[in-house]
Amino acid sequence: MQRSRIFGPIGVIWFAVSLAVIVYATRLGLLLAPTEATMGNMARILYYHVPHSMLALVFPYVNFGASLCYLYWRKRDPLKALTADAVAISSAEVSVVYGSICLITGMLWGRVAWGIWWTWDARLTSMLLLWLLYVSYLMLRKLSSTGQTHTLAAVLSVFAAVDVPIVFMSIRWWRTQHPAPVFGGGPDSGLDPSMKPAFGWNVLAWALWGIFLLALRYALERRRQEREQEAALEAIEASLEMAQ
Amino acid sequence: MNYFGHVLAHLRKDLRLEWRSRDAINGMLFFSLLVVVVFSLAFDPTAAMSRQIAGGILWVALLFAATTALNQAWTRELRNRVLEAHRMAPSPPSALFLGKAVANLLFVAIVEAVLAPLFVVFYNLHAVGQGWLLAVVMPLGTWALVCNGTFFAALGLRTRNRELLLPLILFPISIPALLGMMQATTGILTGEFSPGPWIRLLIGYNVAFTTVCLLLFETILNAE
Repeated sequence: MQRSRIFGPIGVIWFAVSLAVIVYATRLGLLLAPTEATMGNMARILYYHVPHSMLALVFPYVNFGASLCYLYWRKRDPLKALTADAVAISSAEVSVVYGSICLITGMLWGRVAWGIWWTWDARLTSMLLLWLLYVSYLMLRKLSSTGQTHTLAAVLSVFAAVDVPIVFMSIRWWRTQHPAPVFGGGPDSGLDPSMKPAFGWNVLAWALWGIFLLALRYALERRRQEREQEAALEAIEASLEMAQ
Repeated sequence: MNYFGHVLAHLRKDLRLEWRSRDAINGMLFFSLLVVVVFSLAFDPTAAMSRQIAGGILWVALLFAATTALNQAWTRELRNRVLEAHRMAPSPPSALFLGKAVANLLFVAIVEAVLAPLFVVFYNLHAVGQGWLLAVVMPLGTWALVCNGTFFAALGLRTRNRELLLPLILFPISIPALLGMMQATTGILTGEFSPGPWIRLLIGYNVAFTTVCLLLFETILNAE
């Protein structure tokens, strides 16, 4: 049977374009953007770190939306529901990847800028908890038995979505009661205009790349689902032949 | 029978089962006692320090103990295919969930009632803040753990490795509630800050998640 192609022409073009933009944006960020006044060259990691953090906050919305679609279509239109589920798992995995990169680069920056790898500051803690939620989502998908994975995962995604605003609120309260000793405000209370192009290109680059990863993972998941359906059909046919 | 009657019937059944075996309560009691002893050996706290850490330790002990009992709560229903019977029964699925969750709340409450005096003895505690507020924080915190815990135990019922899965998904979701109950308890014990916002957080958390649990339980029960 003809398999759907994983890499269509659009995929190839998208891949090439996102690679080109990544190269251009990295060159802008690392070499051409002006050196930051207080932190020097170390601040250049922010061109990498901040876009990843922003995108790590966007992909969970995709996951939540897809999970809601799955729950809606589950009984009404199972084929569409499978599509939604493939989007859900792809976006969850991309969220975890982007979240991990955000946390790791943030720690590298923190080591130099604040002298410590980690502090239980509001933003760091909320990002870590978001990351934990999505890792637990992936664990559930890994451990649950095949027939019900989609539904259970979609339900957990709804729980995570309800949890996230409560997490953000509670962490903010927690940290305003015990102010962190190390630093007060956020890193960018206003970006210098000369840094804006480098920053904008980096956001674009990593967004393109994230969408590419998401689409690739989606195609893989669809292919896995097709195989599963074929195997199920073959099993039914075989049982019918036996009966004759 | 109306909805309330169904909930009551499920609750009565769970209480009777527990009364006959006493597995969950005995297990939880001894387990949380061990956690309390181990922590007090590990930290060897003075009276002032124990006020700072007792809130955290109490809830960690209850969280671990509740997790062990919640795992058992639904496996009971697997024996003799009782769960299949529940699914075919004409009663609303959320009534089954609510009955089970309230039963678990009562079990954990009994454990707390036994544990609290021990805590006071082992850690030389007396509340500097408004001690009566603990009577508000304890039920709210316990419900936050037990409601989601009962739901996730049902969610993980037919998975591989369900004993491991429950804490893996319950803990991350519960972190804001844990933060709320620990901070509120510490605030009451030390009297250094007001537990008010944290109690409000717990109420909000409970309302939000109880609603979601009741709405989605049917989906979980019939997930095939």
